[in-house]
Amino acid sequence: MTALAPHQTSRPGARIGGYLTMLLVVLLIALPLYWILVSSLKERPDIYTVPVTWFPGQVTFDSYSTVRTGVPFTDYLRNSVLITTVLTIVQVTLGVLSAFALSFLRFPGRTFVLLFIIAALMVPNQITLISNYSLVAQLGWRNTFAGIIVPLAGVAFGTFLMRNHFMSLPTEIIEAAEMDAAGPLKMLWRVVLPMSWPTLIAFTLITIVNEWNQYLWPLLMADDASVAPLPVGLTQLQDTEGLSNWGPVMAGTVLTMVPILVIFLVLQRHMIKGLTAGAVKG
Amino acid sequence: MSAAPIAGVSSVVRPRGETHPSGHRRRDILVATAFLLPNLVLLVVFTYRPLVDNIRLSFQNWNISSPTATFIGWNNYTEWFTSPDSGTVLWNTVVFTGFAVLGSMILGLALALLLDQKLFGRNAVRSMVFAPFVLAGAAVGVAFQFVFDPTFGLIQDLLGRVGVDAPNFYQEPGWALFMVTVTYIWKNLGYTFVIYLAALQGRRAELDEAAEIDGASAWTKFRKVTWPQLRPATFFLLITVLLNSFQVFDVIHTMTRGGPLGNGTTTMVYQVYQETFVNQRAGYGATVATILFVGLLAITLAQVYVMERGRDK
Repeated sequence: MTALAPHQTSRPGARIGGYLTMLLVVLLIALPLYWILVSSLKERPDIYTVPVTWFPGQVTFDSYSTVRTGVPFTDYLRNSVLITTVLTIVQVTLGVLSAFALSFLRFPGRTFVLLFIIAALMVPNQITLISNYSLVAQLGWRNTFAGIIVPLAGVAFGTFLMRNHFMSLPTEIIEAAEMDAAGPLKMLWRVVLPMSWPTLIAFTLITIVNEWNQYLWPLLMADDASVAPLPVGLTQLQDTEGLSNWGPVMAGTVLTMVPILVIFLVLQRHMIKGLTAGAVKG
Repeated sequence: MSAAPIAGVSSVVRPRGETHPSGHRRRDILVATAFLLPNLVLLVVFTYRPLVDNIRLSFQNWNISSPTATFIGWNNYTEWFTSPDSGTVLWNTVVFTGFAVLGSMILGLALALLLDQKLFGRNAVRSMVFAPFVLAGAAVGVAFQFVFDPTFGLIQDLLGRVGVDAPNFYQEPGWALFMVTVTYIWKNLGYTFVIYLAALQGRRAELDEAAEIDGASAWTKFRKVTWPQLRPATFFLLITVLLNSFQVFDVIHTMTRGGPLGNGTTTMVYQVYQETFVNQRAGYGATVATILFVGLLAITLAQVYVMERGRDK
């Protein structure tokens, strides 16, 4: 994230104001996160004191062990990893294939199919919830990974994102490949994908974050730790420990947040590219 | 986090490959079918089928776990439009969505303008502002329930330091709604921020420089030069943030379960969940979902209409 057009603030007063605002922003974002972390490291009596303390009297990892013993946390973690991995692979594959067909192959009704897929973006999940729940329940898929994964596997946003990118590839290269009469698979693998890594990475990252954070659908699908992912497990922890024992609840929150924060810190540039694509040009 | 990039759809519908040599046509159709079919089947079965089915369900009296449902005509609709609860739910939805959209857009723009300046350490701060957006809404909700804890929380301590008694965020409906809205803005701010920042970085610097040479004040420069160039980003955000805020479930569910006092923070989306899966009235839940969908569709179409008109000018 480097500015193309940096604008020097000329007056020193404005600069100081800028830094003060920046400090305020940092506090607004960081204080709650610090509060969560520090509470997860406190002993229980340190949490329940008035006035509250900003530092743990004694740093302890007790809350973290309570999380492990109180709820089957490793099961939730395993489920989260499994659901996120499968959904990401499926969605990225389907998105790339759909976008490729819609960009480079000629077939009747292509525009209609494209609009049909993009229009799915406009259908809020909550509208499809009740009917899908009933369908999945009838199939006997509740409390299975299939029940969580399959209804979430269709991909509209990624198709849109990848197609936008494919359409921006230089026409000459695509035409040269077509002249060589390379088959579609070869063309996808040898010509199109090698020119598409940044967008593909952005798409993958956005999918990982989305699926890792899924909540409502898995909550409805999973009754116990056999298939429920971390955010659902966290609510279960909240139900059992809740207001009376914040320490383990905060520890569970930290454990849910950390993996995605690490991915974010390493790869944020790529993610931002995907989010801003198509938004700015208008 | 679902970013629906509606803006710009019309400009990319033009397909490519019209210069295709003939002969590959049959093969193209076969390959396209193989590539598209799985995705299309999934979207038909799990997006479009339930969308239509939901309308059918909204005319039924149905307990979601029972195999039988009774057709009751418009009864569910009459009930929703005459129930006193609907007023509260609609109000909560409008307040939550309105403040979430305005709050995250105004703050996101302000932060983007600030961090577009040449300030030391701005890259680190940019990452920080964006970070909450990638966190699970459920985790943020659980965490902020404790941050807002009226006795042992962070907010009451900060307020106490400046001599203000913290309200009871858990028990007073107005403050509970304030709590979930602020939490959602905190989480969502990073999204509006990166979109606005990208728009600022893509703007034409020479216009700004010309304005500076003309000696325009900072406010005039923003209003006359910068703001018009942010129009596409603003419209895009209005649509996506509005759609996303309307659908918030995780933050509300983890913080308040729609309470206090029964429906203190119940929005329409939360009502769909509660009627269907808690009160076991799936038909009524489907009715609320249909009303919500029609409302969203109308708002979105109105926005697109305004946007297209603005573009023609």
